[in-house]
Amino acid sequence: MFPFNFEWAWDIAHVVFFGGFWYAIGILGAGMTFCILKAAYDTMKGNGASDH
Amino acid sequence: MDSALIPEGAKRCSFPKFAIGIAIVGAVLLWGVYAMFLCWFKGLNQTNMNDYYGFALWIWADLAVIAVGGGAFFTGLLKYIFKVDELKNIINFAVIIGFICYSSALLILAIDIGQPLRGWFIFWHANVHSMLTEVAFCLSCYFAVLTIEFIPNILENRQVNRVPFFHHLAHNMHGVMAIFAATGAFLSFFHQGSLGGVAGVMFGRPFAVREGLLIWPWTFFLFTWSAAAFGPCFTLLVAKITETITGKKLVKDNVVHLLAKISGWMITTYIIAKIIDTIYWATVTIPSLGFKLSHFYTNNSFYGYWILITEVVLCGVVPGALLIIKSTRENPTLRLIAIVLGVIGVCLNRWVMVLQIMAVPVMSFDTWALYIPSWQEIATTILPVAYGIILIAITYRYLPVFPQEQELNSIEPATEAE
Repeated sequence: MFPFNFEWAWDIAHVVFFGGFWYAIGILGAGMTFCILKAAYDTMKGNGASDH
Repeated sequence: MDSALIPEGAKRCSFPKFAIGIAIVGAVLLWGVYAMFLCWFKGLNQTNMNDYYGFALWIWADLAVIAVGGGAFFTGLLKYIFKVDELKNIINFAVIIGFICYSSALLILAIDIGQPLRGWFIFWHANVHSMLTEVAFCLSCYFAVLTIEFIPNILENRQVNRVPFFHHLAHNMHGVMAIFAATGAFLSFFHQGSLGGVAGVMFGRPFAVREGLLIWPWTFFLFTWSAAAFGPCFTLLVAKITETITGKKLVKDNVVHLLAKISGWMITTYIIAKIIDTIYWATVTIPSLGFKLSHFYTNNSFYGYWILITEVVLCGVVPGALLIIKSTRENPTLRLIAIVLGVIGVCLNRWVMVLQIMAVPVMSFDTWALYIPSWQEIATTILPVAYGIILIAITYRYLPVFPQEQELNSIEPATEAE
């Protein structure tokens, strides 16, 4: 799972599998982080409620 | 009692009636949970798996719920990426169904591995040459996507939405939902496909093996295609069941017709590809491996040609035709027949690709091995159904799942809400 695991190898299979895995995790994590931080900012700023 | 939690202006049954319903389904759920704990504490000897059947009944259920749960990713793709705006009226429900299906799939896998405490090994010590590793990665990530897509709906609960932070969070999540939906479509394409790919690469099983494109057998593409085609049918079916139970119209006809039309064209194109694949397999692949088609459908008491004809014609060609023809699509009875046949069809396809594969004799000294699941397998297969009913009941009661509900069921406000 990580390069420091004993079975890790820098081969195409690991790069493709874990590249895709961490890419997806990265997008989800970044997206949620953005939403949470912006929500905290909007709340502190007292932005008006709007419908979605 | 819980009227403060019920969406404003919505009419729901009394709390005691709701609680009784939940208790009845909850009893079935507990039966499944009991069987699940038996499998965890006593081991997989609680099942009837053997050297022929490394896949228990619940693996069929696993593949079936993943297939019918495909309505979530496909509807999300249409709504957020292709901007089919009418689908905003059913996307919440599609996401909830997807959430139920994928959480059920993960639960089934947790039972199937027999030693759930080591479940994390599939990530930590991943076998990067296995399609099932890819399935595990994509399933987990896509479940995270579905959870993210479900959260805004939870945050729109009448009481929760009063908290400014949650209100803003729901709003912001809606704003970037297209990114999550695109990620979900990417993940779904690969895990749906890899589930089919697992069957297609089994060169020791002539019933399953297929040629393909590069490293992907044709079953890879057929599984993804069928999930996108039949998933919306399941969304429409559960919406119809919910409407029948609640006695209300929850989604406008134009939305239902649109989703049914899209599903119909997907089913039709899928089934053409499936027929071509079957003909090629029967006339080229099987003879090249030294078998005849009749080998897979005769000399046993269950698997006959009927299963092939039912899957492809009755539950493939027929629903596809019914849903692409305007007059039959807009006829409620014929539409319901089509979506029921479609759901049966995709479940039957997964049955064939999981259980019939195992039953077919491969060696000259082999015989057909028909499989009778244990009650623990049946209970753990019914468990997700009970869980799904409970979650749909709770979400329908407390969350604004159907945006058109109030418009379609105009009532006198306040005093009517129980």
